[in-house]
Amino acid sequence: MSDNDQQLRVSKIRNGTVIDHIAGGQALNVLAILGIDGTSGDSVSVAMNMPSDRLGHKDVVKVEGRELSQDEVDVLSLIASAATINIIRDYDVVEKRRVERPSVVEGVLECPNHNCITTEDEPVDSRFAVGDDGVRCEYCDTIIRDDLPAHILAE
Amino acid sequence: MRHDHIISAKQLSRGDIETVLDHAADIAADPGAFADRHSDTLLGMLFFEPSTRTKMSFTTAMKRLGGDIVDMGSVESSSVKKGESLADTVRVVEGYTDALVLRHPMEGSAKMASEFVDVPLVNAGDGAGQHPTQTLLDLYTIRENAGFDDLTIGIMGDLKYGRTVHSLAHALTTVDARQHFISPESLQLPRSVRYDLHEAGAEVREHTDLDEILPDLDVLYVTRIQAERFPDESEYREVAGQYQIDADTLAAAKDDLTVMHPLPRVDEIAHDVDETTHAQYFQQAHNGVPVRMALLDLMLGGDK
Ligand SMILES: [Zn+2]
Repeated sequence: MSDNDQQLRVSKIRNGTVIDHIAGGQALNVLAILGIDGTSGDSVSVAMNMPSDRLGHKDVVKVEGRELSQDEVDVLSLIASAATINIIRDYDVVEKRRVERPSVVEGVLECPNHNCITTEDEPVDSRFAVGDDGVRCEYCDTIIRDDLPAHILAE
Repeated sequence: MRHDHIISAKQLSRGDIETVLDHAADIAADPGAFADRHSDTLLGMLFFEPSTRTKMSFTTAMKRLGGDIVDMGSVESSSVKKGESLADTVRVVEGYTDALVLRHPMEGSAKMASEFVDVPLVNAGDGAGQHPTQTLLDLYTIRENAGFDDLTIGIMGDLKYGRTVHSLAHALTTVDARQHFISPESLQLPRSVRYDLHEAGAEVREHTDLDEILPDLDVLYVTRIQAERFPDESEYREVAGQYQIDADTLAAAKDDLTVMHPLPRVDEIAHDVDETTHAQYFQQAHNGVPVRMALLDLMLGGDK
């Protein structure tokens, strides 16, 4: 059975975005990084640890009624570099987007340096430059290499 | 040189550094010629943590250029109430002044503040982050004493938390200095600084023992190791002694070794070093005035 058939088995969406080939177990982090917590009324389905030829195990996230922007998609690359993004209209895939690493992510991660000004109640978002093997706070220079999901900002 | 804000030593190119140092040398040679240069200028002093020396140095520099300062006073006694954001404070004070100097206990504060103001802002120290004017006066002192060509420098002490070290290390890559870092293992350079030095292609070596490298050095830059960086007092005492120097220690050094320290010192440089020709730390502190005069003059639209 192909990945595509499994995807259909989870649920079919009419309009929205399907994020496929997320590394197994990362789906909830993907939702966090996209700021999707269910409160906005979007219908969201999540399948975790599906068998996958390419990844061994993968997660799939479907967001009904919302087309992710390229910026949002790019931020996903921090934790799901192998993800594929399908934009769905009227049950058809109308666009496949590639995940590319952005040069900067804003307001997505929390700086782990508790003495960083971005952790204070100031009118700035966190801002991290994205490098080959980590991200770096543009305010205090702190580098995060491992464990990026632990630093995703709670809404 | 054209920078609206001076936030980090990292933003300074070799050309920027030479411009500031050359201008500082001109000023030091004839300070009177610059005495009325900025007689209409008001410099806003925003010191959110005490730093009497840095504040005095900037104040002196501005007054020697004919200008004046407005000072928000200490945080405890001022109307800057706890709870007002830094972003709001700088936006208010920029309306009174022509330029701002900010010292703040949190890393990244100067960069953030600079995003909210149009007048030039100078970072006078942001937590364990950056202190670019200290770096410039350090470089001025190094250039005067040892030159930038074929320079071998040792930087010793608390390399992990010492912001003066981080800024200086980065700036030294622009002059291709050979850098030796001497510290206890627990106080070695942080990851971000190692990364930058590596990226810049710097020639860097790390040591736990000064003796290994002392005879090769043209400059030895000493910083203080603070007891509070160690989990217990005995561990501190075991380590601290190894990173103190006295006149005897320096017998193994080159005759023209320059010893520097950002001051204040506690006991990491014994007083008998003061009497030797190596000692340049008081001159280093004095150099802060012409260097800050040069920087302010350039920022405020000097002729260069
Ligand atoms: Zn930070």
